[in-house]
Amino acid sequence: MIPALLVLLGCELAGDALHQMVGLPVPGPVIGMSILAAALAFRKGGASSGSPITGSLEQVAETLIRHMGLLFVPAGVGLVAEIDVLWSEWLPIAAGLIGSTLLSLAVTGLVMHWSIRRRAARRARDTVQGVERG
Amino acid sequence: MIAIDHLWNSLGATPLVWLVVTLAAYTAGSALQRACGGATLANPVLIAITIVAAVVVVTRTDYTVYFTATQFINFLLGPATVALAIPLARSARLVRENLAGVGLALLAGSVTSTISGIGLVWLFGGSRTVALSMAPKASTTPIAAAVSSQIGGIPALTAALAIVGGIVAAVVGRTMLTRLNVNDWRAHGLAAGVAGSGIAAAQVAERNELGAAFAALGIGLNGVLVGIVVPLVAQYWKS
Repeated sequence: MIPALLVLLGCELAGDALHQMVGLPVPGPVIGMSILAAALAFRKGGASSGSPITGSLEQVAETLIRHMGLLFVPAGVGLVAEIDVLWSEWLPIAAGLIGSTLLSLAVTGLVMHWSIRRRAARRARDTVQGVERG
Repeated sequence: MIAIDHLWNSLGATPLVWLVVTLAAYTAGSALQRACGGATLANPVLIAITIVAAVVVVTRTDYTVYFTATQFINFLLGPATVALAIPLARSARLVRENLAGVGLALLAGSVTSTISGIGLVWLFGGSRTVALSMAPKASTTPIAAAVSSQIGGIPALTAALAIVGGIVAAVVGRTMLTRLNVNDWRAHGLAAGVAGSGIAAAQVAERNELGAAFAALGIGLNGVLVGIVVPLVAQYWKS
């Protein structure tokens, strides 16, 4: 568990350092996540190579992600300090939240669907041509 | 009553009370969701925030006192965000196989969410602070809150918006996409991950494994993308 924590905190620290030194607009933990994901994906044998560190890293990561909801509570309670904003701007907040969520759902789903169908159509056409040529 | 007041005055100043209250509220929230048969609307995080906020208000505790006491819980958000790399790396194969589609859909969905979020708040007369709090809300909550505090939004508001937005996406997502004739699990999963992060993704994950993988992919990649796109938009949008 300790080596796994070391990896996670080390990546976060590296991300924070890059964020401060290079002035990247991306938050430190997000840079840390990208570093770790790249390291895992490009390593020999892929993401699950079965080394002991990977095993405990997967365990610790799974625990943290499963209980991530709890970790938001302290920040979320900060809403009590912002109750005036919620009260005076409830309409733009509600409109922006519902509107942008629905729009983004529709756009992502439609573009992905369109691209899958286009690829499937192209593959079918290639197969037909291959058969005709053969 | 005097005895209780006295006890509260001496205990209320220690972190222990607030750690216990927070854990108890979250446990109660999880139990309540189980009692409701796992209903999306009975979100344990929202329930926990409501309970703790009520305790903070009733005991007239300053929010900074509560936050200082529970700093340890909040600190774990950093490593938990980094931990998202593990499911993301696991789905690297899916990205390679669907590179163009995933890339296009992700970019389109993410930019739509950011721009329409800012635009709608502005259109309905909201303030710049609220618009900036809205912009990163589609990404997973820790990333959304981190981006929000960096660009001058209110992190607590963004965290709440991210959770409620996830609930909205989970409740209407499947019906809406089916009406739009989107019938591929990969598209459903990616859309849930991009627009509604963890909460909407869980909804898809229950039904289909391929959908779950694409939802995880949407959460991870959208987290990175929001971290890049939203600060840039905020930089150029100076009114």
